[in-house]
Amino acid sequence: MENTSIIQTKELVKKFPIGKSFFTALNGINLSFDKGEFAGLIGPSGSGKTTLLNIIGSLDTPTSGDVTVLGHSVGKLSAKQAARLRKEQFGFIFQSYNLLAVHNVYENVEFPLLLLKYNANERKKMIMDALSWVGLTDKIKSKPPQLSGGECQRVAIARAMVKRPSLVLADEPTANLDAVNSHNILQTMLKLNEELKTTFLFATHDEKVINYLKRKIYLLDGKVDKDVIK
Amino acid sequence: MIRFLIKGLIRDKSRSRTPVIIVTLGVLLTVFLHAYITGFMGDTIELNARFTHGHLKVMTTSYAENMSQIPNDLALIEVGDLLDKLNEQYPDVKWVPRIQFGGLIDVPDENGETRSQGPAMGLAMDFLTGNSGETERLQIEKSIVRGQMIKKQGEALLSESFSQKLKVEPGDVITLISSTMNGSMSINNFTVAGTVLFGAEAIDRGALMIDIEDARTALDMYDAAGEVLGFMNSGFYNDEEALKMAKTFNKENNISEDEFAPLMMSLSQQGNMGQYVKLTEVWSIYISMVFIIAMAIVLWNAGLLGGLRRYGEFGIRLAMGEEKDHVYLSLIYEAVFIGTMGTIIGTAIGLLLAWLLQTYGLDISGMMEGAAMMFPSEIKARISPSDYYIGFFPGLFSTVLGAMLAGIGIYKRKTSQLFKELES
Repeated sequence: MENTSIIQTKELVKKFPIGKSFFTALNGINLSFDKGEFAGLIGPSGSGKTTLLNIIGSLDTPTSGDVTVLGHSVGKLSAKQAARLRKEQFGFIFQSYNLLAVHNVYENVEFPLLLLKYNANERKKMIMDALSWVGLTDKIKSKPPQLSGGECQRVAIARAMVKRPSLVLADEPTANLDAVNSHNILQTMLKLNEELKTTFLFATHDEKVINYLKRKIYLLDGKVDKDVIK
Repeated sequence: MIRFLIKGLIRDKSRSRTPVIIVTLGVLLTVFLHAYITGFMGDTIELNARFTHGHLKVMTTSYAENMSQIPNDLALIEVGDLLDKLNEQYPDVKWVPRIQFGGLIDVPDENGETRSQGPAMGLAMDFLTGNSGETERLQIEKSIVRGQMIKKQGEALLSESFSQKLKVEPGDVITLISSTMNGSMSINNFTVAGTVLFGAEAIDRGALMIDIEDARTALDMYDAAGEVLGFMNSGFYNDEEALKMAKTFNKENNISEDEFAPLMMSLSQQGNMGQYVKLTEVWSIYISMVFIIAMAIVLWNAGLLGGLRRYGEFGIRLAMGEEKDHVYLSLIYEAVFIGTMGTIIGTAIGLLLAWLLQTYGLDISGMMEGAAMMFPSEIKARISPSDYYIGFFPGLFSTVLGAMLAGIGIYKRKTSQLFKELES
């Protein structure tokens, strides 16, 4: 059988200095994620889920152990190589959307493509595809302050998905949304996961999100407590 | 990408319009104030130069020693030859003879009896040959309040306030009672051609102006002059150059051996003008620097705040994979754009305001009443070459420096904190 694992962590340890001692945020994590997974890191505050998401997203490096993402050992990447990996392969979705307020929907979604230096025609097609996935083609001229929270998060999803990344990392993506909008957002992400085979990895403790996950990894005190596949 | 950034810059008024306005105001004030200081300080020097000191002055050594008493008995003789020599040796300086003298003006009534009298400060200069540039230098035509310019020998100009004090009208005859170069009493009649107001209280109090040939006749000073004044062709006093010329001239003329040998003095070597020249230089630099530094701090902070308020935007850009160098450079490019725009607009407006003040001036004669030193009664700016680029220091340099300092935060930023920071 073909090895489709895109993320592997081996004995991953992450410690943060606190005064003269250290706080161990992750303690010997061994996980593997295949392409196309819709998985979530679940746990209370301080369980290490965001730290693990950071390391997988090449925003941080492990203290020891090894993390390989899409064939790259995260701990050995330089800052420039890490930025390049994020730019080319990852999409990020944040709890607070973090859209650029002065740019309209079209331009917000366009930004990752500009970093990747796509030409104007390519960009236009990719942006319109992404906006049609999230159902916002009629809002391309609108600016973030003119959109609802749900619409903003859909723009954020389009921005994360527009470059067809291998991996989308989402930290509490529904925390600022009501139940209806949360379900709409999650259904959109699930649809994209199924249609484009994009791997989604969430960090959450929101029941609404947890119910949609196909794989639930429970973290407790920096260790994997349970790894449940639906 | 550049278009994207420019769009953001233009649409975000707090990133474009506000900083441009701040930079514009800062640069405008810097340029205008610099031109104003240069104008005010320089005008005072030039005013004194035009009326009494010249940029350079040649006198006999003895006259120079008692210059405040205007000792015409120690005046230069054979001035024609001296002028030829000076013109040949210093072609970049315009040399003109002057005679300053004191006297009593007596105004007779219809019976020839004294109607009024007053002490006068006399100034004799070339009014009639038309090639000395003296009337233009002192802007006599513009300064005439009543009557007209001296057109022929035997005519005089009186300062307006002096003429009012003496109750003299243009066309009236006045008598100058003075002493000749040889110490004899001299009594000469002049017809008042007009009255003048120079706007310098010290000279407007009791001035009498006559043609130099009339003065030579009246004071027995044939081919003589109390002083020969030199004015640099550039129109502005250059202390370093003036001192150099004076030193060379004096070395050639053995002033230590002959008390009647011509002695050349720069404006700064005369009376307390040296202190004023130094003061002008120091104050111009001091005031300009204080203001430039103050503006630089303001604009630096504006640049710093501009960078800090975009913390969130930079965070998302870093998370999405934009390199720190790229984010930093885009911040600097924006600052260069803002700084350049603000500096160009601010310099243009500052120069316009300075030009208006240079051309039309601001009347402050009310504040100069009773002044002993000749201060201009009109504030005028002077646009100097440095005004065209001085605004770039606070405008461009400080704005970019502020942005550069703010941008250091980009490098210090830990990507591992981005999720946390962007959630807050």
